[in-house]
Amino acid sequence: MRSDPVVQVQALVKRYRTKTAVDGLDLVAGTGITAVLGPNGAGKTTTVETCEGYRKPDSGTVRVLGLDPVREAAALRPRIGVMLQSGGVYSGARADEMLRHMARLHAHPLDVDALIERLGLGSCGRTTYRRLSGGQQQRLALALAVVGRPELVFLDEPTAGLDPQARRATWDLVRDLRADGVSVILTTHYMDEAEQLADDVAIIDAGRVIAQGSPEELCRGGAENTLRFSGRPGLDIGSLLKALPADCTAAELTPGAYRVGGKVDPQLLATVTSWCAQHGVMPEKISVERHTLEDVFLEMTGKELRS
Amino acid sequence: MTTAGVYTPKPGAAPLTRMIAAQAALETKMLLRNGEQLLLTVVIPTLLLVLFSSVDIVDTGEGEAVDFLAPGILALAVMSTAFTGQAIATGFERRYGVLKRLAASPLPRWGLMAAKTLSVLVTEILQVILVTVIAFALGWSPHGNPLAVLLLLVLGTAAFSGLGLLMAGTLKAEATLAAANLVFLLLLVGGGVVVPLDKFPDTAQSLLGLLPISALSDGLRDVLQHGSGMPWGDLGILAVWGVVGLTAAARFFRWE
Repeated sequence: MRSDPVVQVQALVKRYRTKTAVDGLDLVAGTGITAVLGPNGAGKTTTVETCEGYRKPDSGTVRVLGLDPVREAAALRPRIGVMLQSGGVYSGARADEMLRHMARLHAHPLDVDALIERLGLGSCGRTTYRRLSGGQQQRLALALAVVGRPELVFLDEPTAGLDPQARRATWDLVRDLRADGVSVILTTHYMDEAEQLADDVAIIDAGRVIAQGSPEELCRGGAENTLRFSGRPGLDIGSLLKALPADCTAAELTPGAYRVGGKVDPQLLATVTSWCAQHGVMPEKISVERHTLEDVFLEMTGKELRS
Repeated sequence: MTTAGVYTPKPGAAPLTRMIAAQAALETKMLLRNGEQLLLTVVIPTLLLVLFSSVDIVDTGEGEAVDFLAPGILALAVMSTAFTGQAIATGFERRYGVLKRLAASPLPRWGLMAAKTLSVLVTEILQVILVTVIAFALGWSPHGNPLAVLLLLVLGTAAFSGLGLLMAGTLKAEATLAAANLVFLLLLVGGGVVVPLDKFPDTAQSLLGLLPISALSDGLRDVLQHGSGMPWGDLGILAVWGVVGLTAAARFFRWE
């Protein structure tokens, strides 16, 4: 279902005084959910804010929904939704007031009451923005980004600092957006967020994209995923390999200890156990070692993602 | 719960007039909800008018004190809303990313500025009504050409808006807060609002006369107290401040 790119960034360079925030970055994002993943200071926000039209590239080109975000801002703005990392609301405004206002700026907004209900903002009542909790402020910012029924939503660290429940509520909404055909670009430094949500992940470090692909592709691209089990020694590895998908490996490491390498998914696990069943083998100590994006990132950059 | 299709994209900007009206309404609501702003735009002008009219604190020259004071308080009302109030509110909107967030909405920047101006004008109309009613109750008897008064108020608003936005768009929010209040206080005392300019030494007088607040209060007084025709000199001073202030604001305003 990935068709025309919604975001196309080519050789983007952006400097602040002497610091180069983005250094020749290329990024193509299709429809669906694209996660821009990287440590703090990697250039995520600068990249996204250039796509939103806030910053002019020092060099390189940026196209969002086929438009130049600076020169064609008037045409682009109604079509995108923006969630800033923080702020963006009058300190004296109530949540529903601000949301209704943003709805009024659009031609076909969402039902505000339903959105308030959906994001649990009803409990904010008459509280003004400055007195809302951090989580409530985040959810309001998310609501403001989607209320205009945009084609594309930019979410800058949408779940930073949220408790697990609020995080899950945000993820659910993002998935619903995707299901209804809204494209999402989200920045995050949470691995699991990218793994859970994204169709496509771009890993950014020091102002460049160092890897891009689906979470599965990225994980497979790193060290191989592994399934281990124990059984009686001397099993027929050739027969096991025939049962497995073509790109898998299998070996008996020490007598009775077996390792299967490849894309470890439920199907593979079922294949291995049914092969064992056919050969009268009781597999013991089955374990799966899956490489996460965290491992991939660490391998590629030598850095911890969270700082 | 099924929500399928709820979020299906259907983008589009609302009509411009609706966006600007909604923005102006929200800005006005925010201003009227803010205690400090109300102190500045309503309480202080009202208090000064009542106090100085009924108690003989400053020698306001011949005639009823209220005839001298009402035009000055009208000028003060314009300054409190167009300059002090707008500078502080806009400074904090910039600081808290409100201007940034709105910049990504369908409302164009000029639409936001138009809405701000509209909101200032609505507030000023409310102030003028309030001050007029109180002044009449205190025995005010205004003269003069209403058109001249309107022109003075409009040019005064332009002059103070330019200066207020210049401050809000270039200084930090806290600095704007402090500076806007300080300027308000200084101009209140030294701008012919409640203290006649002829109480100051001659050299100071001619300089103070060039301030926008002095031009506005002097022009309003010429018309409303003395029934003069068009106060061209004062209108000219205000026009120059307006052009300089708005041009500088347009040139130097930083949105974040």
